[in-house]
Amino acid sequence: MKILKYLVVISTFFLSTISYAGTLVINSNQSDPRANEVMHAYIKAFDEAHPDITVVVNDFDTEEYKVSIRNFLQADPPDVAIWFAGNRMKFFVDQGLFEDVSDVWESAGFNDSMSATKGALTVDGKQYGVPYGYYQWGVYYRKDIFDDLGLNEPRTWDEFKWVCAMLKKNGVTPITIGTRYLWTAAGWFDYMNMRVNGYDFHMDLMNGDASYEDPRLDDVFDKWAELLNAGYFLEDHAALSWQEAITPMINGEAAMYLMGNFMVPFFEDAGMVDKVDYFQFPKIYEGIGMAEDAPTDTFHIPSGAKNKEDARKFLAFLANPEEAYKLASGNGVLTPNGNAKAPEDRFQMQGFKVLSNASDIAQFYDRDTHPDMHADGMPGLQEFMVKPDRIGAIRSRLDKTRKRVFK
Amino acid sequence: MINYLKKNQLKFAPIYFLAPTIILFSLYVIYPIIDSIWVSFHSWNGMDRRLLDSSGELKNWKWVGLDNYRELFFDDYTFPINIINNLKWLILSLLVIPIGLGLAIFLNQNIKEMKFIKPLFFFPFVINLVVVSLIFTWFYMPKYGLLDLIFRSVGLEPIAFLAEETLATYAIIFAFFWPAIAYTMIIYLTGLTNINTEVVEAGRIDGASGFNMFWNVILPQLRPATFIATVVTVVGALRSFDMVAIMTKGGPWGSSSVLAYKMYEEALFSYRMGYGSAIATILFLIMDIYIAWFLYRLFINESSEK
Repeated sequence: MKILKYLVVISTFFLSTISYAGTLVINSNQSDPRANEVMHAYIKAFDEAHPDITVVVNDFDTEEYKVSIRNFLQADPPDVAIWFAGNRMKFFVDQGLFEDVSDVWESAGFNDSMSATKGALTVDGKQYGVPYGYYQWGVYYRKDIFDDLGLNEPRTWDEFKWVCAMLKKNGVTPITIGTRYLWTAAGWFDYMNMRVNGYDFHMDLMNGDASYEDPRLDDVFDKWAELLNAGYFLEDHAALSWQEAITPMINGEAAMYLMGNFMVPFFEDAGMVDKVDYFQFPKIYEGIGMAEDAPTDTFHIPSGAKNKEDARKFLAFLANPEEAYKLASGNGVLTPNGNAKAPEDRFQMQGFKVLSNASDIAQFYDRDTHPDMHADGMPGLQEFMVKPDRIGAIRSRLDKTRKRVFK
Repeated sequence: MINYLKKNQLKFAPIYFLAPTIILFSLYVIYPIIDSIWVSFHSWNGMDRRLLDSSGELKNWKWVGLDNYRELFFDDYTFPINIINNLKWLILSLLVIPIGLGLAIFLNQNIKEMKFIKPLFFFPFVINLVVVSLIFTWFYMPKYGLLDLIFRSVGLEPIAFLAEETLATYAIIFAFFWPAIAYTMIIYLTGLTNINTEVVEAGRIDGASGFNMFWNVILPQLRPATFIATVVTVVGALRSFDMVAIMTKGGPWGSSSVLAYKMYEEALFSYRMGYGSAIATILFLIMDIYIAWFLYRLFINESSEK
């Protein structure tokens, strides 16, 4: 009898996710407490603006969401799903699981107000989602250490190497990194390749049109290996998560970290954010556009949604500049809505400036290339960072994967 | 009809009792096994199997015959690494059994203080494997970990075990020992309480003592406990997926990955369900062979005793 009771409880729980007219079901991956609070505040604002719509939010754990979305888009689609722009979105577009929302872009004026991120949401000339936040990547550094040693923010590759050498000479690890979860190594690859070969070649590589054995990549790995062989990176980084690798920087044992803006709260929690500043990844060659990684978080309407009419209203709500601003800045990211006011936080301000002047915007290695490709690519990059002399074997292996994935 | 059933109650009763188990077992164990094997002959990305592309052909689901197996055996450089790591797990995990037995015998003494010591040895069995993995990740952590501290305090150069391709697997297996030894110890402790004292007395009268007594009198009586301890440890070692996933994610660069972890990664993160299923099938066969061999030996032993 007890079991029966549980079954009833469980089944009502599942039934409750089924939507009815006037009910809008949103699946959210914002499990981090702060992000969760901001997302719920935004949804509440939407709810108050549309009293006739009842909003139901299903909260998922961020990592778990990446696996569950494949099931729920097919089996029990919500009306709105949070996801990522770029190749991650394209996969579901190819499966016919995301709705074409070009009409929302038209009617809500996003074609003008969000033109900067439009490309990342477009497949074959149609838009399949609306972006609500994006953030800059770049080098976060200990300003106090730089000041003590009389170092300035490097603008060029030579300056960057000089800064590294000076830090090393004074007993500070120049660059900290934790590669246990692999993607931090991919961030370095993105920037090295975009600075050396430019955005277009980088995208050809991401789309499988260029080879990992292409001679243009030689220079990328040579320059990167120069830093590695000089011992500028934190030791034993393969054993550290990206969060654990922040500790040496907080302790003043390391000075720089190439990372996304979501790292700032860690410095705030450690009570030393005043000692940290940001600079754009330095230029390597003249004449190569300064492209940036700026991963974009998005809202989508699944093709199987039951209440697409209200879901469109939810997507269009991002046209409200105040709410769009609050949703983004509360998360420490930037709003793609150009009508919103400029950010006030100093890191967001710098990011806004860098991204506004960027020649092109990439999403990030694991969002730009095929999942099967980055599953092999990221361990390869990690291996290179520890054993730079194996690069030949690594590249031929990656190219084998590329040929299999993009046939 | 009802009369017929009533008359043959004895004949049908076992079926009634077995039915729920058989139905659930078929649905949740047998069917997935068959389906996995079926999937392993296909290329499938885990999405709708029946979806058609613009030319009217199946988009996500394609018959590829033995291609997945061919790639796995001849074209995947990580496969030998995974198999060797699985072997390391399999062989080293057997050490757990004598250690567990030794501890069980040590704890089986009738001393008052044992009451306080015993729970300490039970503790690792009680906590979740995920927690064990996290504890050991911190233990091994370079620079800030306890092991690093120990190494430096005795004047040795610290080693970041989880960052070394040659050592990472051993470091994870060592972490696995902690809960696994506790588990085998508990099995042996219960086994020791069931020892027939008459046989021990008889042995003593015949002049057996010390190691002789242990080897010829105690150990044979513990055979059922040894059987369970071995099967559970070996199956646990072959599945050893959770600890790898948490402690290294198969890294550095796949050097500590095992088949179970590779299967998970291929199927869920590379979107290659067919390939993942082929790995699962191979893993299933390895476990089957091992367990079949073990059961066979057990039967031989038992029938020779009769």
